[in-house]
Amino acid sequence: MSKLLEVKDLAIYFDTYQAEVQAVRGVSFELDEKETLAIVGESGSGKSVTAQSLMRLTPMPPGKFAGGSILFNGEDLTKKSESQMESIRGKDISMIFQDPMTSLNPTMTIGKQIAEGLIKHQNMSKKEAHNRGVELLKLVGIPNPEKRINQYPHEYSGGMRQRAMIAIALACNPKVLIADEPTTALDVTIQAQILDLMRDLQQKTGTAIILITHDLGVVANAASRVAVMYGGKIVETGNVDEIFYNPKHPYTWGLLSSMPKINNGEEELQAIPGSPPDLADPPKGCPFVARCPYAMKLCENHMPEYTNLSDTQKTACWLLDERAPEVEPPESAIVGGAKVHG
Amino acid sequence: MAKYLLKRLVYIIVSLFFIITITFFLMQAAPGSPFASERALTPALEAQMNEAYGLNEPIHVQYFNYLFSAFQFDFGPSIKYVGQDVTEIIARSFPYSLILGVEAILIALSIGVLLGVIAAVKHNKFGDYTAMVIAVLGISVPSFIMATILQYIFAIKLQALPIARFESFAHTILPAVALATTPLAFIARLMRSSMLDVLHSDYIKTAKSKGLSERVVTYKHALRNAILPVVSYLGPLVVSILTGSFIIEKIFGIPGLGNEFVVSVTNRDYTVIMGTTVFFSVLLLVSILLVDLLYGLVDPRIKVTDKGASK
Repeated sequence: MSKLLEVKDLAIYFDTYQAEVQAVRGVSFELDEKETLAIVGESGSGKSVTAQSLMRLTPMPPGKFAGGSILFNGEDLTKKSESQMESIRGKDISMIFQDPMTSLNPTMTIGKQIAEGLIKHQNMSKKEAHNRGVELLKLVGIPNPEKRINQYPHEYSGGMRQRAMIAIALACNPKVLIADEPTTALDVTIQAQILDLMRDLQQKTGTAIILITHDLGVVANAASRVAVMYGGKIVETGNVDEIFYNPKHPYTWGLLSSMPKINNGEEELQAIPGSPPDLADPPKGCPFVARCPYAMKLCENHMPEYTNLSDTQKTACWLLDERAPEVEPPESAIVGGAKVHG
Repeated sequence: MAKYLLKRLVYIIVSLFFIITITFFLMQAAPGSPFASERALTPALEAQMNEAYGLNEPIHVQYFNYLFSAFQFDFGPSIKYVGQDVTEIIARSFPYSLILGVEAILIALSIGVLLGVIAAVKHNKFGDYTAMVIAVLGISVPSFIMATILQYIFAIKLQALPIARFESFAHTILPAVALATTPLAFIARLMRSSMLDVLHSDYIKTAKSKGLSERVVTYKHALRNAILPVVSYLGPLVVSILTGSFIIEKIFGIPGLGNEFVVSVTNRDYTVIMGTTVFFSVLLLVSILLVDLLYGLVDPRIKVTDKGASK
């Protein structure tokens, strides 16, 4: 397996009137062909900015690359011109967004919205693109595609719109699909359908997926590897089993604790107290220090290095230093029940 | 669709009925009469005149008479201009106002939309500031001042365009520009803000993520959605330009309908007041209907059909 996408030390800052907001502060991860990487974290952790910057969709200015690189097939995307990016967007890397209700142009038929990418990247005629559009709609499970293709987004339900979004994103067989909270705006039964669909299509097309989400249930369902983001940094990364059954970072524990569980319904839902750090004035040390129940003096001023726990699992926490006290994860963070399928 | 149009037509007639009624009684309630002037008529003569125009009858009889003839498209003779019918006056003066109005609307729409788009695309840059300075000037400078400035620059100093009257296309340029300034500025601001909204919307991000160029995204995806507020402003705009042309017509010495309307009010020329009011009302109601139909064309979410009978 070769590396399709390699993000190294990526930093993205935003110039605002008050201050420079350091939304992403040195993020590194890799994506192999055909795999699904989930990036999890709460709102404001920098996961969406990271995802959108992979396609250079972050508006710049006010945003700017403050360092690092995004290597796609060995080429650095941060150095590409806008017109070079245009030929990559939609063709090699494409994206689906959080809210299918607002992500489709309301005054253009679904068919035309699918056809645009095909006409641009594959030099199809309007008719060919239309026929391919019908095939794509069938592929994503939209009934009666011949008729549906000429309809407008308002004639689709939320779930169908997200299916149409997936059809648009997959139209040119991209190598990477970035899904930015693809199920957040959908109700639970539709969520499962969309995740199933994405998994099916991935098996058919071999597209690698970066799944941005804050929902660990979605992660367990869909991803093979997980990167946990907090305060503009990746604090822990590992494969699904490692993150769910052997998490080492207190923030990952917090996330797992705050997941509703079916077996102890009596209990109150756990939350992580406090709120994420202000990235206009980011903490010098570990970003989680203010909310971490195990915080030490050291954590305030020094960002911990990554500790390699296995070939796949890396965690940035001082607790893993040999001089640190032994700490056991809280009981609520232990995922019980059946093993999660990866 | 046919059913919808029929329904709208009924609404128009009902609205017209109310407009006629209210205008008629308001007009009668205003002091003065067509025959009141510095040189008072002898009572006998005034009585004779009143009789000739049916003004001696009780007011409700006059009202029903008017209503009856109005629905037969008979608006009666002018009281002030002897020997002229109201329809004649409208037919004579309206073409001037129409040409002027259409020109002004075209100028306001095309340049206003263009300025708005430029301002939004070049948000917070030089293009934006330039467009918005023009817009603020356009809104704050009244049309009559604009008209005299235009006359001074283009007619007197540069001698490029005729200063007044209405004889050729060149004559229409200055008054049309003066008339267009305020709505142009308004459209530019409207267009800028709605374009900014649209450019920040999710589906623009989707369009970009397909690899479409900035230009295609702006014109194919953003423009059609951003223009919707401008379309809904078109109805009132048409009317305000057609009726608001009075001052401009006066300044440029154009014998248009706006002019006739205002003169008729000061003259208490009852039949002309009623005739022009009804005419302007029909214009307003029809243009609102047209805008609604246009809206349905631009925005597929709005279906011009009856409730429940759609799909």
